[in-house]
Amino acid sequence: MSANLWTRCNNCQRILYKEDILENLSVCPACGFHFRLSASERLAMLFDDGQFDIVDHNIQSLDPLHFVDSQPYSGRLEAYKRKTDLPEAAVTAIGAMGGIRTVICALDFAFMGGSVGSVVGEKIVRATERALAGKTPLIVVSVSGGMRMQEGLLSLMQMARTSGSLAKLDQARLPFISILADPTSGGTTASWAMLGDINVSEPNAFVGFAGPVVIEQTIKVKLPKGFQRSEFVLKHGFLDDVVPRKALRPFVIKALRLLLNRLQ
Amino acid sequence: MTKTDDFYQLEKPILQLKEQIDEILLAGEPGAAAKVDGLRLEIEKEWAKIAPHLSPTQIVQIARHPKRPYSLEYIAALMTDFMELHGDRRFADDPALVAGFAFFKGRTVAVVGQQKGRTTRERLDRNFGQMNPEGYRKALRIFKLAEKFGHPIVSLIDTQGAYPGLESEERGQAEAIALNLKTMFTLRVPIVCLVIGEGGSGGALGIGIGDQVMMLEHSFYSVISPEGCAAILWKDKSDPAIVRQAAENLHLRAQDHLALGLIDTIIPEPPGGAHVDPEATFKIVDKHLDEALKKLEGKPVEEMLEERYAKFRKMGVFVEK
Ligand SMILES: [Zn+2]
Repeated sequence: MSANLWTRCNNCQRILYKEDILENLSVCPACGFHFRLSASERLAMLFDDGQFDIVDHNIQSLDPLHFVDSQPYSGRLEAYKRKTDLPEAAVTAIGAMGGIRTVICALDFAFMGGSVGSVVGEKIVRATERALAGKTPLIVVSVSGGMRMQEGLLSLMQMARTSGSLAKLDQARLPFISILADPTSGGTTASWAMLGDINVSEPNAFVGFAGPVVIEQTIKVKLPKGFQRSEFVLKHGFLDDVVPRKALRPFVIKALRLLLNRLQ
Repeated sequence: MTKTDDFYQLEKPILQLKEQIDEILLAGEPGAAAKVDGLRLEIEKEWAKIAPHLSPTQIVQIARHPKRPYSLEYIAALMTDFMELHGDRRFADDPALVAGFAFFKGRTVAVVGQQKGRTTRERLDRNFGQMNPEGYRKALRIFKLAEKFGHPIVSLIDTQGAYPGLESEERGQAEAIALNLKTMFTLRVPIVCLVIGEGGSGGALGIGIGDQVMMLEHSFYSVISPEGCAAILWKDKSDPAIVRQAAENLHLRAQDHLALGLIDTIIPEPPGGAHVDPEATFKIVDKHLDEALKKLEGKPVEEMLEERYAKFRKMGVFVEK
């Protein structure tokens, strides 16, 4: 028996057969815990027949500020490229959802916590421009700790330009569906992720602006259970729905059909 | 921070000279003007010793200086007939942001500004200039009013960040900021933003999309505070040396941002910084603000909107292989 055939659920601690989890869209068959998906798993899960063409792939971060903490940012980037086999923390692809041609940009948490620097910003802006040019819907799957400190104010400005590009989608009356996966945090939430015509998340996903530790230090009160979880955000009116992963693709297709008046 | 690094220690001779000037002006005796001129020269000399070596950490100290002019003082000095308007018509009024209309050099402007508060009492009342969602929504309401009546918008930025609280999360801090970002790209009136002190991350950007984004020379603008950055990346925010390192790495100064095309203009400050001579500061800001508005007022709206977007569209440094 090979050890890597088995894995432990982070939530219920049960040892599970990996294949069973994967077949279940990386949701624990025992307790329903949603494991984090990579960008490519996300794209495969959403598009019809798991078929899609990746675009704008080879855009890479530079280190414009020569940022050094425990190691140089440039070295950190190289390490993440090797670890994830990705050029950056987002992957954009074109394919169909329920037969509707759609652009999807999916973030990948494994690449530096899905943090947003120039490249992720550029990819989202370009994805928006592709949706505009092809008159297609846009979907962004966010899974991100927020803006990437190592690019300083350049990172912050990604909030600005991604939001600005979405204003153009509004003017063109094209749908933008924002999927907020666990976790969606900081400037990511405070820009495109909250700007969906429809905002949808998965069960128990972290969706918030400020980090819970920072909030606790500021207000000196213990935060209630479930605070900043998707069900909490739904209750407070900032998500349209919280949908288990299995129902997510049908949810998005139905939303697109309704918004675009495609009876079939 | 060692004594010599601490700007508040370094500036002491300048503040003493400034105090002498104030005393002379108050007494109003004959020959005062000449004495004041002499003292001003002294300040310039002292400043010339300090200014070339200002570190990012010292810039942060100047930007946060407790005597630095705040939004309401700019409004009072530059504008007339300011009428403050309150509330977001949704939940509450946010005292961390002042908003309303005023006349500026013969035209009505909508003005919003983050207000830190001078006294302890006022600081508490204004939540130290840290806005809640209702503040961003109040700003948006005023922006839409400005658009309706065709008045330009002046946005004064001075905050350590959007408030990280329990209720601010419940009421959608993220959504409030996000909606402002998107909407500010569509407003069909000129927008001039000016960072007067602290440009604290998304909390600053939430009122910071403009045709002209200007910074005062010794203000700063950053994706995260040096302290926050030190806490996350170095797991230590108590050690001043670490915070200093974070401040240097973040490249948070006006000249850093101008070089990368992230802001449009740097407005110089008088010797010693804005707090040493607020009147002189207001005068320079007045001139820059008027010039910026005049340029934008002459522009066709569609062209202005295209340029506003095109400017931000370019903000990124990367390589495509
Ligand atoms: Zn489980």
